[in-house]
Amino acid sequence: MVPQADFESYYGQQIIKTPTWKTPDVPLYLFLGGMAGASAVLAEGAALTGNRTLERTTRLVAASGAGLGTVFLVHDLGRPMRFLNMLRVFKVTSPLSVGSFILAPFASLASAAAASQVTGRLPRLGRLAGVGAAVFGPPLVTYTAALLGNTAVPAWHEAHRELPFVFAGSGACAAGGMAMLLIPAAGNPPARQMAIAGAGVELVATELLKRRLGMLAEPYEQGRSGRLMKTATRITATAAVISTIGRRSRAVSAGCGAAYLVASAMTRFGVFEAGLASARDPKYTVVPQRERLAARRAGTAAGEAHDHASHEQTGLDQVTETAAT
Amino acid sequence: MTHSLHGRLDDVTGDAGYADHPKRKGFFTDTSVCIGCKACEVACKEWNQVPDDGFELTGMSYDNTQALGASTWRHVAFVEKPVHPTTADLGLPGMGPPGFGTHESGLPQAAPAGEDQATASGDGALRWLMSSDVCKHCTHAACLDVCPTGSLFRTEFGTVVVQPDICNGCGYCVPACPYGVIDLRKEDGRAFKCTLCYDRLKEGQTPACAQACPTESIQFGDVDELRQRADARLAELHDRGVDVARLYGRDPEDGVGGDGAFFLLLDEPEVYGLPPDPVVTTRDIGSIWKHVGAAAATLVGIGVVSFAGRRR
Amino acid sequence: MAEAHPVGFQWVMEAKRRGATIIHVDPRFTRTSAVADLHVPIRAGSDIAFLGGLVNHVLSNDLDFREYVVPYTNAAAIIDERFLDTEDLDGFFSGFDTERGHYDPESWQYDGTEAAPAAGQRDPAQDTGPHGSSPDGGDSKDLHESAASESHGSGGPPVEGKPPRDETLQHPRCVYQILKRHFARYTPEMVQEVCGIAPEQFRQVADALTHNSGRERTTAFCYAVGWTHHSVGSQMIRTASILQTLLGNIGRPGGGIMALRGHASIQGSTDIPTLFNILPGYLPMPHAAQHQDLDSYVEGDAGKTGFWGNMRAYAVSLLKSYWGDAATAGNDFCFDYLPRLTGDHSTYNTVKGQIEGRSKGYFLVGENPAVGSANGKMQRLGMANLDWLVVRDLQMIESATFWKDGPEIATGELVTEEIGTEVFFMPAASHVEKAGSFTQTQRMLQWRDKAVEPPGDARSELQFYYELGQRIREKLKDSTDEMDRPLLDLTWDYPTEGPLHEPDGHAVLREINGTGPDGRALSAYTQLEDDGSTSCGCWIYCGVYADEVNQARRRKPHWEQDYVASEWGWVWPANRRILYNRASAAPDGTPWSERKRYMWWDAEQHTWAGSDVVDFIADRPPDHVPDEGATGPDAIGGQDPFIMQTDGKAWLYAPLGVADGPLPTHYEPPESPIHNPLYRQQNNPSRRKLDHPANPINPSYSEVFPYVFTTYRLTEHHTAGAMSRTLPYLTELQPEPFCEVSRRLAEERGLTHGDWVTIVTARTAIEARVLVTDRMRSLRLGDRFVEHVGLPYHWGPNGLTTGDSPNDLVNVTMDPNVYIQDKVGTCDIRPGRRPRGPALTSYVEDYRRRAGVDTADPTNGRTEG
Ligand SMILES: Nc1nc2c(c(=O)[nH]1)N[C@H]1C(S)=C(S)[C@@H](COP(=O)(O)OP(=O)(O)OC[C@H]3O[C@@H](n4cnc5c(=O)[nH]c(N)nc54)[C@H](O)[C@@H]3O)O[C@H]1N2
Ligand SMILES: Nc1nc2c(c(=O)[nH]1)N[C@H]1C(S)=C(S)[C@@H](COP(=O)(O)OP(=O)(O)OC[C@H]3O[C@@H](n4cnc5c(=O)[nH]c(N)nc54)[C@H](O)[C@@H]3O)O[C@H]1N2
Ligand code: SF4
Ligand code: SF4
Ligand code: SF4
Ligand code: SF4
Ligand code: SF4
Ligand SMILES: [Mo]
Repeated sequence: MVPQADFESYYGQQIIKTPTWKTPDVPLYLFLGGMAGASAVLAEGAALTGNRTLERTTRLVAASGAGLGTVFLVHDLGRPMRFLNMLRVFKVTSPLSVGSFILAPFASLASAAAASQVTGRLPRLGRLAGVGAAVFGPPLVTYTAALLGNTAVPAWHEAHRELPFVFAGSGACAAGGMAMLLIPAAGNPPARQMAIAGAGVELVATELLKRRLGMLAEPYEQGRSGRLMKTATRITATAAVISTIGRRSRAVSAGCGAAYLVASAMTRFGVFEAGLASARDPKYTVVPQRERLAARRAGTAAGEAHDHASHEQTGLDQVTETAAT
Repeated sequence: MTHSLHGRLDDVTGDAGYADHPKRKGFFTDTSVCIGCKACEVACKEWNQVPDDGFELTGMSYDNTQALGASTWRHVAFVEKPVHPTTADLGLPGMGPPGFGTHESGLPQAAPAGEDQATASGDGALRWLMSSDVCKHCTHAACLDVCPTGSLFRTEFGTVVVQPDICNGCGYCVPACPYGVIDLRKEDGRAFKCTLCYDRLKEGQTPACAQACPTESIQFGDVDELRQRADARLAELHDRGVDVARLYGRDPEDGVGGDGAFFLLLDEPEVYGLPPDPVVTTRDIGSIWKHVGAAAATLVGIGVVSFAGRRR
Repeated sequence: MAEAHPVGFQWVMEAKRRGATIIHVDPRFTRTSAVADLHVPIRAGSDIAFLGGLVNHVLSNDLDFREYVVPYTNAAAIIDERFLDTEDLDGFFSGFDTERGHYDPESWQYDGTEAAPAAGQRDPAQDTGPHGSSPDGGDSKDLHESAASESHGSGGPPVEGKPPRDETLQHPRCVYQILKRHFARYTPEMVQEVCGIAPEQFRQVADALTHNSGRERTTAFCYAVGWTHHSVGSQMIRTASILQTLLGNIGRPGGGIMALRGHASIQGSTDIPTLFNILPGYLPMPHAAQHQDLDSYVEGDAGKTGFWGNMRAYAVSLLKSYWGDAATAGNDFCFDYLPRLTGDHSTYNTVKGQIEGRSKGYFLVGENPAVGSANGKMQRLGMANLDWLVVRDLQMIESATFWKDGPEIATGELVTEEIGTEVFFMPAASHVEKAGSFTQTQRMLQWRDKAVEPPGDARSELQFYYELGQRIREKLKDSTDEMDRPLLDLTWDYPTEGPLHEPDGHAVLREINGTGPDGRALSAYTQLEDDGSTSCGCWIYCGVYADEVNQARRRKPHWEQDYVASEWGWVWPANRRILYNRASAAPDGTPWSERKRYMWWDAEQHTWAGSDVVDFIADRPPDHVPDEGATGPDAIGGQDPFIMQTDGKAWLYAPLGVADGPLPTHYEPPESPIHNPLYRQQNNPSRRKLDHPANPINPSYSEVFPYVFTTYRLTEHHTAGAMSRTLPYLTELQPEPFCEVSRRLAEERGLTHGDWVTIVTARTAIEARVLVTDRMRSLRLGDRFVEHVGLPYHWGPNGLTTGDSPNDLVNVTMDPNVYIQDKVGTCDIRPGRRPRGPALTSYVEDYRRRAGVDTADPTNGRTEG
């Protein structure tokens, strides 16, 4: 535990605004996008390895996940009718803009692939679309970490290094878990493996995140968001262990799959809520900034005026912003 | 168009792609002369036809609008702080303010010059700090950077403005702002904040809030010139022994490249509800994308691993 | 000042920027204190003791500006030997009539001079019956009640001849020595005991003040209703005047005493009065018993020193402006047409008359007494007992709706069906919907043009009254009754303009300015004649239409003229920016200092020079000595800067004209938690009481009502609230009624920040949320603390934000000079909301019983001491 820091505030009022993104819309979108994106990868692997059942299921999961996710995303907008305004511009500085240009093609490609899969029509094009979805899938899973990280919300921004990995792992768990739930044990070893690998990545990344964030890890460990995170971690770990051991049983497999799914969703809710919690309490804004200032002043005093030393300098000094229309 | 993401930037307007443009406009808000009359809040609402923000007695001194938001584009904070904490038993001998000296003019000095907004009072002393807050019109504006629709844009005056006809209410600007300025209006769904009276500026007029301010606490003008004025005022206050005075948001080297609307404060920023060391989130965008990329690659790796040895 | 006059306060901030020291004396730490150098918390109602302490400090340390004081003030004047001070009589001056409750000022006079009260001051020969017995009789109490002291608004009351003087200031009966004795007990220790101000802090103020006065520097005082709203309000301001005069801060740039006025043209509404006892230009309203004709009316003033000596010219010109050609020398210029005073027709007494059924009709034009006036219940009881009530307002105010939603309806004290008052609501045009002038604090008239036409049926006051007059005259046009002549003979024809046919405001202003025999606008009041050849609606405004130009509409920016800015608006009298500015120069006519140079004698040009219009006879040299027996302006000596005073001197001691004594004396407010530490006399003996069962007074030093409350304004709201509580942008800034208390008081009574509390007086109980704040100070008086409950008074039952009205708590006790109510009182405060319905009445009744309040004889509590 980090000792309670002394700090001043304006009547305990928060400094930054709480994100207006709605629950459950946005965490669900994070979860569904993650599941869909990773499913597309799974689907392409299945196609490559000739696992028809897996391919068919994961293509459907990818498509419906993307579709449903899009609905939640659009529903979250204050002016849903103006959803398409997001495609007016492309901005690298706006993960939401970038995300739109990932989600839109992904959703189209995944749907095309799924449609072809279901109808049996245009199989070549369908396959091509599947490849496309697999290309956009991984970025769809991880860009949402940029979406959160690229804000002033302390628990998100400071976690921007680990969050993409948490989400990658969590997406893999969800995709694998979904496939395990839907497909008889015999057909799902790759799904199980993806889930187990994903669980590993997620657990490690989460642990690193908490260790590095110091005081800002509190929202991930305490309160509602902390409970969500903890439970998610426990379930994921348990599911990983059981699915590693009990690979033959259909029921065990399906159970593990469901557990992965629940845990993945909980992780997203947990991360989301941790951000909100860190926005609401001024100490998470003030104390780290004070420490940063103090460190900088100390640094300056020591003659090593290395401004922003603790921050990585981006290679992307110049970013292109293009009007799409 | 290209624009830089952090660090010093002397021509923010040019950087945003305007070849020929007026000088950057902004505010210097000198809180040491603010009398908390809230004329600025009301003038802003009247001019911009911003709806009221709800009727709630907050108990936060005389501040009942609480913070900047979609329907409060100017906000006057009221901070009550005892200078010498009042002892529980006021029966103790009073702690009188310091005695008199002689003014350098040779004339006897009337009374100890109190710190601005810090007044010796009775057997203690109290500070009632008032400060009118507003959108900072950051040199590197996170709200603008993250806006996926281009609704937020940089004007020819170097200010940051929302175009209500484009905003789709995605809400991204809201958590992006390191100062907690911009917000969505619930009933409307779109984001709103100070426009630095873009419409008035285009007509060569002063923003409504600055025009209404009776004490010139809010000074409007060219940012270059305002910075000089702020430096001079700071020096003057320091000369008078008001050591607590400091400038906030004036430094073009700070985390947001300096604010277009900056302040003279008499206490730590967080006392007024301002972040002590704000940084534009997009300063880290490179790192963010790098990690997102690496994680995506990891996911691909997971995919590969999952199918390892299962060739058709 | 920052709270209620934020725009004017910019100049205080400007002065501060240039090095001025700002001192704020207020029970509460306000937005003004926040930017002041020093805040001096003071017990409400104790300012005379504080200011008196400063006077004592100046006198006992010889810190007065002697070169100014001796020639320019009446410090050297010798007073009648019959005069006895409050020091001699333990709180009374000589001449108090215990039965009638007022003073006879005869013994206060200058030695050897005759007390010759002016119009409205003279004690009439026919002193019939006891007080109040005859509403139209010539009772001296009634006469006294006509608030005659206010009738000297722009000049002092006349005293016959010039007093003997001892310029060494040693004579035991000279004003200086009397003053010294009078204030000797107002020591720093006494100040602490009365006001709760520590000696050390008192010292700071005293030093700041005295160091900042003299030849090189001047100090200004600003005050508003923190001083006026007391049963000793006029005397609080008198104390400040004495102090400023002793320090030489009057008539000089950067000096003076600035009354920060209230409503936008409240100064205008005393110049062209809405008051019952004066006519335009502070001419007294004639009294029924005394003023049968013009000669007797002007007698007391005509032939005196200074410009009041020409009162007849002002009165005749006024009558000519009212009745035009009908006013002739033969008919005394229609002097008979003027209404006459018969007694106290001030607002609170009128309300009492309503309750008692003597007053049947009421016009409320731009005021909301149900919320804004002290003791709201009396106001509502009065209005509920009328035949008709006309309300002209921008909003549907509480005074127009009290019959259905007033607090007495809730308690059952009034029943809607039983109220017979017929209420006429007339929507009024606001200030932006009509043209006209405002006269502000500095006596400056500023014209404003109409911005938009009024909406719907809303009309300006000018149009309303003009039309009302026309309709009444139309109805009376065939009348032969003598009583109707004044109406029928009135000059009542103004050009109209615009789509709504509004009377032209310029024409009205021009009429006020006055015209000469050639029909052209006059340019100065010195042109007014008493032979009927000139007409002028208000002599002090003469010149506002000079050269047929609306001088009030001048808007030359300050950067295009010198700092006196004499081409912005127009200031009465004579566009003079600083009154008594002859005093800005030393007796010999040279500036006191280069730094404070303002007006000076230019011997070469044989005239007074400077940027302002000199408040003197322009070519009268400093060494002029008037001829023996000279009268009017001729009697003004070269070293008599206070030309409106009959002796040309500033009055440290007022031999006449102040109802409650020639010198200010500290009395406790009518409701006070302590015994008067200075005299056995607890309260101002000549305060005006309003005896009525609905106006019970909390007994002094009662355990039941242990706390002081004071009422005040918030920047965010306006007075009775109709102009702010109805607007969302102002409502959100202060959305609920609240009170403010110190931490200590909160602890004592168990009050929690933000919660509801109930505040109780003998009148009623109200509820509000409570702010517990360090800004409220616990004041130490001797060995005890006095706590204040601060109450912004803007709330009532209508509007976007509603709540109990603090004025329902306030008692009516008035200053005897101007009949203003007191804004402070004592109370109890308890956690929780107040009882509803009839339970409220019994709750308060219980308090009254415990405190021993006698509603049958309400003001006879333990108040006299
Ligand atoms: N925003 C706003 N401005 C206004 C008005 C308004 O309602 N709202 N009203 C206008 C009108 S009509 C008027 S008359 C003026 C009045 O202007 P002010 O006189 O400034 O108004 P108040 O707030 O009533 O009283 C001033 C201060 O007197 C203090 N006070 C109370 N009792 C005492 C006392 O015994 N001694 C001393 N020294 N101080 C005391 C109060 O704490 C308060 O801070 O303001 C005008 N301006
Ligand atoms: N306890 C306590 N009581 C006080 C005071 C205090 O300090 N303490 N202060 C006292 C003072 S100084 C004052 S001045 C009074 C004020 O008390 P009021 O005069 O009774 O109150 P206001 O709300 O100012 O009333 C003015 C009304 O005029 C209306 N109005 C505005 N413009 C126009 C117009 O052009 N034409 C017409 N016809 N109507 C118009 C407004 O809507 C408003 O309802 O309160 C007094 N009462
Ligand atoms: S203060 Fe916030 S809302 Fe204003 S420009 Fe900067 S980032 Fe945008
Ligand atoms: S809410 Fe509107 S202004 Fe804000 S980022 Fe989204 S589109 Fe841009
Ligand atoms: S500049 Fe205009 S929009 Fe911004 S706070 Fe001031 S008045 Fe409001
Ligand atoms: S900034 Fe100016 S207008 Fe706003 S509250 Fe302060 S003094 Fe009043
Ligand atoms: S309301 Fe009008 S008169 Fe009052 S302070 Fe504001 S500008 Fe001045
Ligand atoms: Mo007033």
